[in-house]
Amino acid sequence: MENLYDIIIIGGGPAGYSAALYSARAGFKTLVIEKMGAGGQMALTDIIDNYPGFENGIDGFTLGMNMQKGAERFGAKTEYCEVVSVDLTAKIKKVVCDSNEFYGKALIIATGASPKNLGIDREDELLGRGVHYCAHCDGGFYRNKTVVVVGGGNSAVADALYITHVAKQVYMVHRRDKLRATKIYHEPLMQAQNLDIIWDSAVSKLLGEDRISGVKIKNLKDEIVRELECDAVFVSIGRTPATDFLKGRVNLDENGYIIADETTKTNINGVYAVGDVRTKALRQVVTAVADGATAVHFAEEYISALF
Amino acid sequence: MSVLMVTKDNFNEVKESEKRVLLDFFAAWCGPCRMLGPVIDQIAEENPEYLICKINVDEEPELAQAFGVTSIPSLFVMEKGEIIANSLGAKPKDQILKMLKG
Repeated sequence: MENLYDIIIIGGGPAGYSAALYSARAGFKTLVIEKMGAGGQMALTDIIDNYPGFENGIDGFTLGMNMQKGAERFGAKTEYCEVVSVDLTAKIKKVVCDSNEFYGKALIIATGASPKNLGIDREDELLGRGVHYCAHCDGGFYRNKTVVVVGGGNSAVADALYITHVAKQVYMVHRRDKLRATKIYHEPLMQAQNLDIIWDSAVSKLLGEDRISGVKIKNLKDEIVRELECDAVFVSIGRTPATDFLKGRVNLDENGYIIADETTKTNINGVYAVGDVRTKALRQVVTAVADGATAVHFAEEYISALF
Repeated sequence: MSVLMVTKDNFNEVKESEKRVLLDFFAAWCGPCRMLGPVIDQIAEENPEYLICKINVDEEPELAQAFGVTSIPSLFVMEKGEIIANSLGAKPKDQILKMLKG
């Protein structure tokens, strides 16, 4: 069979390449299918200080490339294509890209999640230059600055509170007239001296030349637009797991995450979910790489029992 | 084929190319550009029938301006000196190939 691999990994972020490293190093014929480029969400992170082993931190792109090279050193292969569908019904799993098909004895899904965009002009262009999606990653760059946090859920409030410890002033911009965040967050929010909430509003425009210098904020009730000077906009309006191609094929939770516990096993034998795409408590690079190793451990058991 | 790094000094090579050309406008600090970089390299290696080029917008602001680039990464397909397709943002390899071959 052409394009037959022992283990196919969909997604080339930290979970995917950790799985690829363990798989290739164990002697399995290993393929990583990556849509864009190595590193996933991590590649867009300026500096990662909470991945052990780098005393001065490391930029996410470099760490991603290093993880790829580390896996490829043991023979893992990378194909750049977007997976459009999978067939998990047969003993050999089939993975279909636009231009090619691949077959694997076991399948590890590491497609991750992406933060939801605001969906406004210049958001991509200013990414990392005032537009950010991870307060814990990039909040520290805005010491004594003015920061806008967009969102009203738990993670938005947690982000805003985190940044109040660093920034001079934080504005939360929220579409509604009350927060979706749970009660436990309300008290610390009210106590934060340097935090103001702008209700019923959305960021409608990003201002600044090569980096953010301000935003336009539109009140959704009276439609009045005003300008607000700031140094950064942290977008925290939720994440979307990349699981559209898996609907009806693997059990997903109501938010689209693949249901799997710490064993990374899904409801389909021989199919594993690792990293951010899996239901889990903490989505971090360290927990993602741990998943990769765990999945290969169980895939190894599965393959030796069945093939 | 390797990727041609385009500057205003060798831009004539692009304009007068017999082959169809892919231009990737990028900057070193731009995350999505960096992710796209190795994909562009691979396209160049696998498709010698095209001329695959990268332009650093910080080093070549005149070229970026000439193409009206205000967002990166920004891709253009050129044939006989004319722009025949373009796209904004990092795209999967298949989509870029489709646009290039289109």
